[in-house]
Amino acid sequence: MGKKILLEHINVPGINTLEVYRKMGGYESVRKAVNEMTPDAIVEEVKKSGLRGRGGAGFPTGMKWSFLDKSTDKPRYLVCNADESEPGTFKDRYLMQRIPHALIEGMITSSYALGARTSYIYVRGEMMPVIRILEKAIKEAYAAGLLGKNILGSSYSLDLYVQPGGGAYICGEETALLESLEGKRGNPRNKPPFPAVWGLYGCPTVVNNVETIADIPWIVNHGGDAYAAIGVGKSTGTKLISACGNINKPGVYEIELGITVEDFIYSDEYCGGIANGRELKAVVAGGSSVPILPKNLILTTANNEKRLMTYESLSDGGFATGTMLGSGGFIVFDEQQCIVRNLWNFSRFYHHESCGQCSPCREGTGWMEKVLHRIEYGHGKMEDIDLLVSIAKNIEGKTICPLGEAAAWPVASAIRHFRAEFEAHVQNPDSCCKKHLHRELVHSH
Amino acid sequence: MNIEYIKEKRKGEIADIISRYPADRKKSALLPLLHIAQEENGWLPVDAMDEVADILDIKPIEVYEVASFYTMFHLKPIGKYVLEVCRTGPCCNVGAEELIHYLEDKLGVAVGETTADGLFTIKPVECLAACGTGPVLQIGPEYHYHENLTREKLDQLIDELRRAN
Ligand SMILES: Cc1cc2nc3c(=O)[nH]c(=O)nc-3n(C[C@H](O)[C@H](O)[C@H](O)COP(=O)(O)O)c2cc1C
Ligand code: FES
Repeated sequence: MGKKILLEHINVPGINTLEVYRKMGGYESVRKAVNEMTPDAIVEEVKKSGLRGRGGAGFPTGMKWSFLDKSTDKPRYLVCNADESEPGTFKDRYLMQRIPHALIEGMITSSYALGARTSYIYVRGEMMPVIRILEKAIKEAYAAGLLGKNILGSSYSLDLYVQPGGGAYICGEETALLESLEGKRGNPRNKPPFPAVWGLYGCPTVVNNVETIADIPWIVNHGGDAYAAIGVGKSTGTKLISACGNINKPGVYEIELGITVEDFIYSDEYCGGIANGRELKAVVAGGSSVPILPKNLILTTANNEKRLMTYESLSDGGFATGTMLGSGGFIVFDEQQCIVRNLWNFSRFYHHESCGQCSPCREGTGWMEKVLHRIEYGHGKMEDIDLLVSIAKNIEGKTICPLGEAAAWPVASAIRHFRAEFEAHVQNPDSCCKKHLHRELVHSH
Repeated sequence: MNIEYIKEKRKGEIADIISRYPADRKKSALLPLLHIAQEENGWLPVDAMDEVADILDIKPIEVYEVASFYTMFHLKPIGKYVLEVCRTGPCCNVGAEELIHYLEDKLGVAVGETTADGLFTIKPVECLAACGTGPVLQIGPEYHYHENLTREKLDQLIDELRRAN
């Protein structure tokens, strides 16, 4: 069994309550922080830990924190990104639902380190049940003197609120999230300025993912070096992976970064192998936005080394033969899955979720969806395949936020690795998805 | 404005929400208030949005443009129970599509439509962060997750909701 930092106590009865959570050592980091550590000392430990943002981009958390503009008298904010909407990703919901205090403790300790006096947890609106759980837990924390004025008798005070979204994948993008929190449409902002300088209400702001923040208490309690000792190279610590698709044991697993992909898919500790005795066909390793890889390339790199569950190993080979760890949304496809149909579904998703500000994304995602739809439904032409590649290329790098890339990469990679399947759909439409041809999933916006 | 939707009825709650933001940033309360208004009325008529604008001292258009951006808000009358079923890739790979078709056949309406008795609307939604326990649907205003859905579970759910009326 690998080291568990976040899920060690997941099965302890009552772990969702303050009482049991504290009995298991919970909130020790708050006591230690406000009584024994300066905010800067905590930032130093986080830097030493090598922790990288768990929301998808993998940016070093300590470095992000050190960019926070402290030269103004404006208030500073910590905003937790609990928008979790990337298809295949369901780790944050699991954590908040089961151990809400892990996030709240992380928010208090991190807010102290950043000098924030008011912090928000932005939760996607669909997760109302999670919002109710968090609000109840926050109430418990206030009553115990862990939130509010003079936390645990110290001079530090903090208010923490939960904010619901309204249903929009784009609000997971950090600047769209801030717009949404200001009561506006979720249109991403141009960067720079980055949130560290111009964030919520134009004030210096840090936006971090739920899992990133929940990792902070352990780092404060045990030190950055102890955290950095777990994992491999620049992929330190543990990572929550939400595994779904055609596997025997879908679920959320905490892994030590550095186990092999093969072990993750086939061992009983994790996915437990491919369901129904079938063969593995492909994997989307880090949420629907990252390149899809066929079996041979997800298990081993192009250099024939075993692929590891780390930021570096998964991206080994660049986009030609590699992918990304991303959000940890691990989607497994068995041999019976149609890549074209899955791609069409993802393209439909991105088109639906484009905020519409930038024309390459607004028009390009719709165009890709249309072309994929006609290939899937038997009206495709051979030229359509290269047309898709060209549309994808013309979205990439030409938009305010990375939703454009998120839509383009899956298409480009699927054609790179599964071109023959697209060709087969054009040449012989009845060969694969015949059962779907007479009835389609109706769209509504 | 003739009818009052939330102003008096949910007064304490609204004041509490507004107190979470700096005094000159009341607009931040917009999404929470729209959820409350929809909870009270089932959908958001223009009057209700105007009332929210009034409470937050913003222009009505600032409310409309936000309400129409987010998928959770219903701007037209809709069934009493909106069955929000996930239709994104991972759920489709474990049978969501077939289940949506089953629901359409069972209720006699297509996706996006409401049954004649006004009880049910089928609304496809995108990934609900429950991909490991798909297929999944939720029903507002509680948005409880119904996971690992099967035909039998759907039959049971629909029966229960019908009986409650
Ligand atoms: C389209 C889009 C959607 C995103 N969705 C999420 C999300 O749901 N949750 C999240 O934590 N980060 C999401 N991100 C990444 C955030 O912009 C940001 O990088 C992250 O919240 C930073 O936190 P971290 O450094 O702790 O990972 C998304 C980015 C993009 C471009
Ligand atoms: S794909 Fe349906 S919940 Fe994620």
